[in-house]
Amino acid sequence: MFAGKKVIVVGERDGVASPAIAACVEAAGGEVVMMATECFV
Amino acid sequence: MTRPVLLAASTVMAHVPGLVRIGSKPAREIARDPGLVDKLVASSRGFDDAVGYAPNQAFIGAIHPRAMGPRPHFNRVVEGGRRFGPDGEIMPEREFLGLMALADQFKLLRLAPDLAQTAAAALARHPLSESFKPRGLEAAIGDPAAELARGALGLHLGSGECAAALAPGHNEDSNLTAPVIAENLACKASGALALAHLLRLHQLDPASIEYVIGCSEEAVGDRYQRGGGNMGKAIAEMAGCAEASGADLKNFCAAPVPAMVIAASLVAAGVFRRVAIVGGGSLPKLGMKFEGHLKHSMPVLEDTLGAVAAVIGEDDGRSPVIRLDQVGRHKVSSGSSAEAIMDALVTGPLDRRGLRITDVDEYATELHNPELTEPQGSGNVPERNYRMLAAMGVRRGLFGREEMDRFVARHGMPGFAPTQGHVASAFCYLGHARRALTDGGSARRIMMMAKGSLFLGMMTGQSDGMSFILERNGG
Repeated sequence: MFAGKKVIVVGERDGVASPAIAACVEAAGGEVVMMATECFV
Repeated sequence: MTRPVLLAASTVMAHVPGLVRIGSKPAREIARDPGLVDKLVASSRGFDDAVGYAPNQAFIGAIHPRAMGPRPHFNRVVEGGRRFGPDGEIMPEREFLGLMALADQFKLLRLAPDLAQTAAAALARHPLSESFKPRGLEAAIGDPAAELARGALGLHLGSGECAAALAPGHNEDSNLTAPVIAENLACKASGALALAHLLRLHQLDPASIEYVIGCSEEAVGDRYQRGGGNMGKAIAEMAGCAEASGADLKNFCAAPVPAMVIAASLVAAGVFRRVAIVGGGSLPKLGMKFEGHLKHSMPVLEDTLGAVAAVIGEDDGRSPVIRLDQVGRHKVSSGSSAEAIMDALVTGPLDRRGLRITDVDEYATELHNPELTEPQGSGNVPERNYRMLAAMGVRRGLFGREEMDRFVARHGMPGFAPTQGHVASAFCYLGHARRALTDGGSARRIMMMAKGSLFLGMMTGQSDGMSFILERNGG
């Protein structure tokens, strides 16, 4: 579903961190152009 | 090898509404919109309201977090709420600015005469006056207005009055600017207050402390060694621990838990008989979520510095034991998902002794007060952690999905800590945990766990975490 798409990944440490999201995006054919994990506390 | 035990713990707060404006987030926003200062002053909270705030009473051990009552807490005061509690105190801002001046050995902080006099008089009546010798404040009297004209940083009271000024430690060193020195003095003063309370409350001889591990968030140093300094020893000196050496341990918000594990290891190995761990308050995090509070017409509730101290010593046959055979750690290879982190910190170490999630009476995790975080959209952090734990219990077949809420209520607790990262990360629960695991307390086993967002420093995409179990002695 992400084939040919460039994707910006924003994760959250206590939720889903960006590496996990990026792995899913790449498995679905997307290209991760930027990823960041945020901490809100 | 002796078993290391948690001999004592203390928690203190400093109510500093006037310093909120130099917290990281408020300072950045004020630079864009100077009119925000008036809004912050108008929305600041008085000392009586801060003392009567249920989460603050829980923080100093006067009530258990589960006894705080229903939210919202900010619009009512706890009946019988007092400045001093079983684990420490909530210090008002004038006294705390005086304490910061007493922490300042380089005469950078100048107090207006009225502030110096009122602080000295109040600190002379303080139970720890012998430790801090407030008569020394006479030497800190100066002319803040003149100092400001020379480029010093103004320190304000909640009323908006500028009552003190802080000069930079060096004119060309970006690690010794006045805002950096302000953070470090606030950290040192609050940490020393916590350690001095601990020694007095638990009647421990300051000379019996052999090592002090600082686990504060602030980094002391100069241009050649940013973060290379030693807050632990500075706090040891201020608290009168003349026989102690010390060092600092850094790990973002997770630092106190590895500091406790290392301190316990030093005691177990016989290197030292008593080791203190101290985390002073984090000034940059004052007002971190203030925009959410203003948006919802709430007082700016992140107006307190929080500090925690603990002492680990040789087995006394009574104090809770730190189980070094059951330390959990987040490895490089552990993975970054919430589930992987919980496996590393909770189920992994429990499995090593054949224990189940439900065999731990209480989990102390990130205990941030949701009343501080939710208005800004950051959610209820402790609840997220507890629901994740409950989900792991379901996955392991320990109970059904319908039992998750009951697990959270029984093994978790509402968040009550100020958003002072390291302090909120289980560290703030030590006083309660010690009571629950000692004498008439009802618990047998409590897990302390903390997580740190290493990726914020941009040296790795990793996070980190560590956990350990406190167990009833003789259990």
